[in-house]
Amino acid sequence: MARIDLDNIRHAYMPAPKRDEDFALKRVHHTFDDGGAYALLGPSGCGKTTLLNIMSGLLRPTEGKILFDGRDVTGLSTEERNIAQVFQFPVVYDTMTVYDNLAFPLRNRGVAADEIDRRVTETLAMIGLAERARQKARGLTADDKQKIALGRGLVRSDVSAILFDEPLTVIDPHMKWVLRSQLKELHRRFSFTMVYVTHDQTEALTFADQVVVMNEGEIVQIGTPEELFERPNHTFVGYFIGSPGMNVLPVVLDGAVARIGSHVMTLPGATGPVGAQRTELGIRPEYVRIGREGIPVTVERVEDVGRRKIVHASIDGHPLAAIVPEDEAVPAEPHVRFEPAGINVYADSWRMDLGEAS
Amino acid sequence: MTKTWNNRAWFFVLPVLLLVAFNAIIPLMTVVNYSVQETFGNNLFFFEGTKWYEAVLASERFHGALLRQFMFTGIILLIEVPLGVAIALTMPRSGPWVSVCLVLMALPLLIPWNVVGAMWNIMALPDIGLLGYGLNKLGIPYNFTRQPFSAWFTVVLMDVWHWTSLVVLLAYAGLRSIPEAYYQAAKIDGASRFSVFRFIQLPKMNRVLTIAVLLRFMDSFMIYTEPFVLTGGGPGNSTTFLSIDLVKAALGEFNLGIAAAMSIIYFLMTLLVSWIFYTLMTRGEEQ
Repeated sequence: MARIDLDNIRHAYMPAPKRDEDFALKRVHHTFDDGGAYALLGPSGCGKTTLLNIMSGLLRPTEGKILFDGRDVTGLSTEERNIAQVFQFPVVYDTMTVYDNLAFPLRNRGVAADEIDRRVTETLAMIGLAERARQKARGLTADDKQKIALGRGLVRSDVSAILFDEPLTVIDPHMKWVLRSQLKELHRRFSFTMVYVTHDQTEALTFADQVVVMNEGEIVQIGTPEELFERPNHTFVGYFIGSPGMNVLPVVLDGAVARIGSHVMTLPGATGPVGAQRTELGIRPEYVRIGREGIPVTVERVEDVGRRKIVHASIDGHPLAAIVPEDEAVPAEPHVRFEPAGINVYADSWRMDLGEAS
Repeated sequence: MTKTWNNRAWFFVLPVLLLVAFNAIIPLMTVVNYSVQETFGNNLFFFEGTKWYEAVLASERFHGALLRQFMFTGIILLIEVPLGVAIALTMPRSGPWVSVCLVLMALPLLIPWNVVGAMWNIMALPDIGLLGYGLNKLGIPYNFTRQPFSAWFTVVLMDVWHWTSLVVLLAYAGLRSIPEAYYQAAKIDGASRFSVFRFIQLPKMNRVLTIAVLLRFMDSFMIYTEPFVLTGGGPGNSTTFLSIDLVKAALGEFNLGIAAAMSIIYFLMTLLVSWIFYTLMTRGEEQ
């Protein structure tokens, strides 16, 4: 197990990058603590797999250094870094038995036979494939194959970290949940450093202690699931996490007062002087209350999603979603109020701190 | 909407039926017909039962041709399949050189078979051919029209030159279909270059190699044109393979009964061996 430091990593897939846009990874400077469970979350093409491959050594970054426990490993191969990685599509050695699949990385490293047997047996029990040990890997289901791929990482008890590259994409929804809980359990018992790449927010939020949200080659926010939900640092995080995503309304700020079109509302705190081009107010649908007071809205449609309803409305043409309980009716002349706890204010898409209301 | 039942639709099948009848069924049945009858010309035929079959199966000449045929097919399979795989492994996986390699590989396959025979004939001539002259200059006695070994060497070399490309192209297609993640996983598992070949590339090429072996088996088992142009089956009978022997019997000696019986045996043999190959090579996949 190891702590992984990414020291000003930049990466471009083209030979002579000049402009910022040439980089698939713009600038990543971050530390993954020893024994932590991290998720890298972001839309397709945001650079998360690139970052993962840089950590595992399959890619060499264009700029920057990568350190394991303070040791510079930038120039080292995957094998020398002692990393395990599980890929999107299950990689198994078809012609080998399940047992041999797990023994393979150990045999390649010249581990003694009885030691191999001990560790493989232990790992097989861990991933629940003990009865299938002598079966050929070819005929197994996708989730069993993915377990083997994971097992090949776990069997090397001394790995620096286990990296997951969207490992549950091809797994049935029901098995996804089972495998994810098993991963969580394994992490608790053995405290491997785990980094999990995904574009699925549920996966990221349930798996990780710390979620790293990426967009367009940059880290936009690092935080616990609660922080990402309550205090999105960037409007992108607001949109991307939550279902539906955060409402972002253009506002004009004046101290502790925000003006949305012709409507005025009081903020829980005052902003400092604002020099930004664009100021916005972010509010999650969970914090929007529909009633007879507040700002008048036009309701466009109501979506029933089981135990709650999503109301799609608009304020002066700006769309706004609200979540109301199933049994609550929408009044004839609807107005909305925002819960102060859920209000965030953004200047040029980045979150501003609100001072105490005076 | 109701369905109209109209048996005249069967007429649509007629063209295909005619085509198949004229290019497969009727010729085949003619051969079957000849193989059980004796003729002395004038379109007079007498039923002979299995006489020709017994004669063919007992003949030294047929045994000799059959043995040479299996040896030839065995040798070219042993050379072409490993060589084809080896070449496919060294070909680039991406970049501008891919198309160059593919075109180069496809070239021998585009040359008509009799031209291949003629090319190698000229090339192997001991007095003027590049290969023949060169070998003799190097002090290796080489004359494919006199020495059986030289003739065999030339026929095998010619076939390898002509057909290894097919194995290369099939094996390359198989290699290209392996996702990058397999190579990455192998790197992470610390696999050696040989392990990557043994446990990733070879199993993934299994299917295309089955096809390659089958195609090369059937084609080489029926080889006629190239050795006919190159050596004409000689010196002596040393490169007389089954099909050359068959043509000799049918057209050279006009032994219709023998030739027909040989054709049927030949056909059943190709079918049988192909079936055995196929069953053996796909058996593992059904488990």
